[in-house]
Amino acid sequence: MILSQVKNPSVAVEAHGLVKKFGDNLAVNGVDLSIPRGSIYGVLGPNGAGKTTAISMLSTLLKPDAGTARIFGHEVLKEAQIVRRLIGLTGQYASVDEMLSAGENLFIFGRLLGLSRNDARAKSAELLEEFGLSQAAKRQVKKFSGGMRRRLDLAASLIARPPLIFLDEPTTGLDPRTRNQMWQTIRRLVAEGSTVLLTTQYLDEADQLADRIAVIDHGKVIAEGTPGELKASVGIASPELRLMNKNNDLEARQILKRVLNVDAHISNQGMIIAPMSDPELITDLLLALRNANIRLEEVSVKTPTLDEVFLALTGHETEPDAELEEEVGMEMKN
Amino acid sequence: MEKSIEMRLSNKTSFSQTVNNSLTMAYRGLLKVRHTPEQLLDVTAQPILFTLMFTYLFGGAIAGNVHNYLPVIIPGILAQSIITGSVAIGVQLREDMDKGVFDRFKSLPIARIAPLAGALLADTIRYAIVTILTFAMGYLMGYRPGAGIAGVMEVGVLVIAFAWCTSWIFAFAGVVGRTAASVQGISMMVVFPLTFLSNAFVSVNTLPSVLKWFATFNPVSHLITAIRELVNKDVIGQDFWLTILGAGVILSIFAPLTIRAYIRKV
Repeated sequence: MILSQVKNPSVAVEAHGLVKKFGDNLAVNGVDLSIPRGSIYGVLGPNGAGKTTAISMLSTLLKPDAGTARIFGHEVLKEAQIVRRLIGLTGQYASVDEMLSAGENLFIFGRLLGLSRNDARAKSAELLEEFGLSQAAKRQVKKFSGGMRRRLDLAASLIARPPLIFLDEPTTGLDPRTRNQMWQTIRRLVAEGSTVLLTTQYLDEADQLADRIAVIDHGKVIAEGTPGELKASVGIASPELRLMNKNNDLEARQILKRVLNVDAHISNQGMIIAPMSDPELITDLLLALRNANIRLEEVSVKTPTLDEVFLALTGHETEPDAELEEEVGMEMKN
Repeated sequence: MEKSIEMRLSNKTSFSQTVNNSLTMAYRGLLKVRHTPEQLLDVTAQPILFTLMFTYLFGGAIAGNVHNYLPVIIPGILAQSIITGSVAIGVQLREDMDKGVFDRFKSLPIARIAPLAGALLADTIRYAIVTILTFAMGYLMGYRPGAGIAGVMEVGVLVIAFAWCTSWIFAFAGVVGRTAASVQGISMMVVFPLTFLSNAFVSVNTLPSVLKWFATFNPVSHLITAIRELVNKDVIGQDFWLTILGAGVILSIFAPLTIRAYIRKV
């Protein structure tokens, strides 16, 4: 196991105050990260938030202007070649050779990683099989679909079975089925002991996959925690009530006001909705409604979506195309 | 299987690893040629077209007849084609460095110089093609080099070595250039004066004084004279050594410049 040789086997990524400037533009502005081995860490943010720049610094492609980063205890700047042996990088834009076939790509990368000709050929065949690309082994990559390209790209990152894998927006632009396959692959990698750092602009994806999430906006981490913590940090769970008798609306809202100490509003669908700081209060609320003899037709407590988290944290909505992406995300759950 | 990739963690790249990585990158270059053979268009069409065109166009006017012109023009076109052929490296490098795959190369624990060295190495095949095609065309038109096949082989080694050195100029343009198109443009501005303002087609004595001065000092003229002496008379003369010297000067200026600019980018 290669991790027996590293300085710090328990922390995959440790970054302090990473800064990268492009001209006047602070692409990354003081990012701290700590990622324990064996977890999936999600870096969530809209386009242009600095996700790719951050990953590029962690994977030795870019030199930070300030700050330090260590991969399993090895300095990204001073021990770049060691770090490169510990990581696999799957870029946002397929980092494979379009002119070559899938098999040739994996063969070349295997050879570059020090495999013998026979081993490189065997490894290439093994990975093509694993990622369902055996049929397309001899086809030029430029004739591949987006999903096939991503799979090949990920396969190329796994040749040396690196303990840390960077995935830069691994499912952007993929159809729901391919996206689901990619998610399964990522989960399997972590089950096999890898650590994964993935960036995404899909709130749903971070929620589904990541053990911890850093929300990044304008080059800064604006929130960090488990998906649950992030949702809780917004401080609300919203009860949604539908009454049997609409005439009770006013009385019900007064009760909500008294118990929850917030103003309720009525949604387009005629539901009474009130934000609530403490989910425990739902019991008090329901009891108060029962005592007032107000009968409910429907009741639910909604936890905020990551969309709402993002809105609450940044004060602005996610990218305009996020809506479309959310729909894709919803389909995935079914 | 897993064992072979399991090596000691080291931050240093050994010389043998550098050689192996460069050979792998050269192999990648050859694979690309196999997928898109039209990459070889410049080193196949030019020797054939130019040999035919210029020989029949100028032969009568300059040497009295085509046959007498062949020993003059074949070495000229060989030198011109080989230098034009060495331009492609810059465009290839620029295109490569702009692609996603280059990010992967940068993230791999390989010798930093390997993609550059591999590309330069792979171009040997292009230079060999130019040499073989030019002499083959000459042969078809009736050219019989005085030094025979041995002379042709020696010339082959000389021009390939020369092209290796000049390709560093264009590799430099490729590394520092902003787009593939600008690299192509700049390279051609270097190539045309160098190859045409030489003794490739005409004797320098026929040129006006400024041009004559340029053509006499032009390293390409020395290369062409060296080729002519070697392949027609089996003589290694002063121009041979001047060619080696010129190539060495180009190499010693542009190789460090290119490597420094390249390492800064990767």
